[in-house]
Amino acid sequence: MSHQSDLIATDIDAYLKQHEQKQLLRFITCGSVDDGKSTLIGRLLYDSKLVYEDELAKVQSDSVRQGSVAGGFDPSLFMDGLKEEREQGITIDVAYRYFSTAKRKFIIADTPGHEQYTRNMATGASSADLAIILIDARHGVLTQTRRHSFIVSLLGIRHVVVAVNKMDIDGVDYSEDRFNEICDDYRSFATRLDLPDLHFIPISALNGDNLVDRSENMPWYTGSTLMNFLETVYIGSDRNLQDFRLPVQLVNRPNLNFRGFCGTIASGIIRKGEEITVLPSRQKSKVKEIVTYDGNLDEAYAPLAVTLTLEDEIDASRGDMIVRSGNLPRSESDVEAMLVWMNEEAMVPGKTYLVKHTTQTVPGNVETLAYKVDVNDLHRMPAPTLELNEIGRVRLSLSAPIHHDPYRRNRTTGAIILVDRITNATVAAGMILDRGTTGSHKSVWDDEVSADDSSDALSTVTSEERAARFGQKPATVLLTGLTGSGKTSIARAVERKLFDAGRSVAVVDGEFVRRGLSRDLGFSADDRSENLRRSGHLAHTLNDAGLICLASLVAPSDDVRQKVGKLIGEDQFLVVHVATPLEVCRERDTKGQYAKADAGELSNFPGVTAKYDVPTNPDLAVDASTTSIAECADAVVELLKSKGFIK
Amino acid sequence: MSDYSLTHLKQLEAESIHIFREVVSEFQKPVMLYSIGKDSAVLLHLALKAFHPAKLPFPLLHVDTTYKFKEMIEHRENYVRGKLGLDVLVHINEEGLKANIPPWEDSERHTELMKTDALKAALDKYQFDAAFGGARRDEEKSRAKERVFSFRDKSHRWDPKNQRPELWNLFNGRVNKGESIRVFPMSNWTELDVWQYIHMENIPIVPLYLSAPRQVVNRDGLLLMRDDDRMPLLPGEKEETRMVRFRTLGCYPLSGAVESEAATLPEVIQEMLLTRTSERQGRIIDQDEGGVGMQKKKNAATSDRFAIGCWLLAASGKLFGSGTFRAASASFST
Repeated sequence: MSHQSDLIATDIDAYLKQHEQKQLLRFITCGSVDDGKSTLIGRLLYDSKLVYEDELAKVQSDSVRQGSVAGGFDPSLFMDGLKEEREQGITIDVAYRYFSTAKRKFIIADTPGHEQYTRNMATGASSADLAIILIDARHGVLTQTRRHSFIVSLLGIRHVVVAVNKMDIDGVDYSEDRFNEICDDYRSFATRLDLPDLHFIPISALNGDNLVDRSENMPWYTGSTLMNFLETVYIGSDRNLQDFRLPVQLVNRPNLNFRGFCGTIASGIIRKGEEITVLPSRQKSKVKEIVTYDGNLDEAYAPLAVTLTLEDEIDASRGDMIVRSGNLPRSESDVEAMLVWMNEEAMVPGKTYLVKHTTQTVPGNVETLAYKVDVNDLHRMPAPTLELNEIGRVRLSLSAPIHHDPYRRNRTTGAIILVDRITNATVAAGMILDRGTTGSHKSVWDDEVSADDSSDALSTVTSEERAARFGQKPATVLLTGLTGSGKTSIARAVERKLFDAGRSVAVVDGEFVRRGLSRDLGFSADDRSENLRRSGHLAHTLNDAGLICLASLVAPSDDVRQKVGKLIGEDQFLVVHVATPLEVCRERDTKGQYAKADAGELSNFPGVTAKYDVPTNPDLAVDASTTSIAECADAVVELLKSKGFIK
Repeated sequence: MSDYSLTHLKQLEAESIHIFREVVSEFQKPVMLYSIGKDSAVLLHLALKAFHPAKLPFPLLHVDTTYKFKEMIEHRENYVRGKLGLDVLVHINEEGLKANIPPWEDSERHTELMKTDALKAALDKYQFDAAFGGARRDEEKSRAKERVFSFRDKSHRWDPKNQRPELWNLFNGRVNKGESIRVFPMSNWTELDVWQYIHMENIPIVPLYLSAPRQVVNRDGLLLMRDDDRMPLLPGEKEETRMVRFRTLGCYPLSGAVESEAATLPEVIQEMLLTRTSERQGRIIDQDEGGVGMQKKKNAATSDRFAIGCWLLAASGKLFGSGTFRAASASFST
């Protein structure tokens, strides 16, 4: 094997130093044999002088014997491991290939392009940073091109090189126009996909044009050669370094004094001394040490495999997740995901599979199959099941919550596999969807029963009887406003006044709801919406029981507030906007939440990093910066009187 | 490292550690197949990293054919058992020993008895359900599709149709009772990576990898080192001192040396990189059958001997690196 670097012969130590610093790039190649895929890979290896001479000699003799190029040298013959595949001229499983240049080490997942092997392509794509999609210049964008691109997008590969191959062939003749036509075709179709970094390179894999060396036949092309692109494409920002997630793989307890939590950092950065939260127990502690065989580290980041020790004795085990306090993943037992079905035995909705997610394996079943996707034209259609190589969107119901992020944001904490409990086969791979974009909460809201169908109809105690008993009509007063505006203080003051006046009243405080009922929720727009939905139900129940409910919630979205109104019943729902100016709210903030939001540690913080919809037509607006809490409370009591809920 | 970038070796190391920890978490009784070669040296080093500061949570298993180089056994005893204090199970096929078939008389039979059968017997004896091996995908074309978790049925057979897709780093480690897996934590390492890592991490290896003046005899073009008196010289043969090193280590009568001046690790790497000939050239089978046939794979899948042989080889690296032994090469195909 000969490497290109002259350093090997002249200064091996310098060469080794250089090699030590190389980074790894994983890529997949998509296309069929007809597109020249194997030829391309063989050529990359050959031109990088990474083929052993005896292998080369063999391939040359094979080329003469059976090569697809009449009498010539066929680099594709480097590629296939199995004789049968080679003889049929197809590749039927993912094959991994390795080469390195002076700049990088590369791992190629060579994945087959035939439709029945969607499974293999998804497998190869799962770990790839980049995809090379081959197009035959004679045929342009084909059905299979769309299929490959869809899978590439689905598996979250950010960098795509469309290699327009066979530019040398008769009829194409290195035509710039033909190349541009294909690029335009591809771009117009790719707008429907999530391919953020897209490049086009005209090549001839057989002759080596624009692979390693610039093509003399296409002077009109001024971009990068394929090899140069592979060596230089920046992939550093692909990693998620924001959200610290450490799935606990095993607990290392060599003696009574050491309890280390081992795992591979899925995303983010952690430093010694930082506060962490262990899920699902929500116990908090600080990082005492980041232990490795090579000595303790001050900080560690994805994807290092480390061992953490904590300041406090915390009981955590495999399947738990250590995260930074204040940046929690979703912990849910219902997830929506795109599934790629990988088994001959079709998916059975309702059947219990084992779902492996990070280091946790939980039983779960496919609750609903929303639709399946035709990989050829991206058309969605209803289907009763998913067969081998089919892709669909499902809702999974798990027997325990998993701590996850959307796959788009986190390829490790957003990925799952499904395993058959009897055969132990890996039957599917899944990418968890962001419910924010999938509208699952919306569907929960949309499924809401209206106030009319509520328990009142089932109860033998009538609302009239309750009103007579309590001497009031039930109502929910939503106190909405920014953090620090004084909502809760006002609610508590109103509660005191009403209670003292003999009324029956309850407060639903957002912070309290989050500690219990909504403990699994974060602060995304979706989670806030869901939190409000739950709080709404709680208020509704209190109202049903005849109580007046004072709900103190940020409730930043106008849309969501209206939904709460509908849920509770418009006629017993009042909106009070606590319109204290932002600057005053900031001053009153005793927990430093605004400072954290300013520092970017709290995303989705209404007033800073998220918007707060000022209610357009509230029943009452109060400003706690110009009015005392007592006066605000009086105004709320007056409102209740004026609306006839109390006398 | 202020930009939080990772070198490829650090990344490979992290991935290998992850695999070790997964297997130890999900299996009842793992073992590491330890052949004393350079790949085993790296495998062991990675395992120590994965479980630091605890001791290794599994034993090492060395199948000793009794024809290993003395320096290999010294390394096992002095370094692995002695200095590292590790639990090394050494298994010798005592029955096979009685049959007394030395490698120079019938290499195939010797290998089958002392290596293949011995390993199978050892695995059955201890009831291991996961066995780590140091095989890499870059070693051989047919290995390019091997999984990290490679499944074996109750008879240690490899079923090519029953290999599971592996996505991300989510490994499916479910097996039924009696079934097992071979695990290859170094699947994505290349030969250069292995050498580079040994150099960078200062991992002790058997000195035979470095050139030194050694007594060798030229037999059919192979430079063999008579490590003890059991191997007789043939008429006309005579030993001479040459500057040689070994690319792969196994049974001394089956391991040919190469002439080389490379007496340090960087020099060995340099020579390897400048060599235009694959280390696999000694395997005659590769050349005259034009690659590894599906038929052979199926044989491997249905025959115990092949199945065991194949993972044995896969696990222990290139045991028969420069040998000329058909059975050994063929069984490597899976």
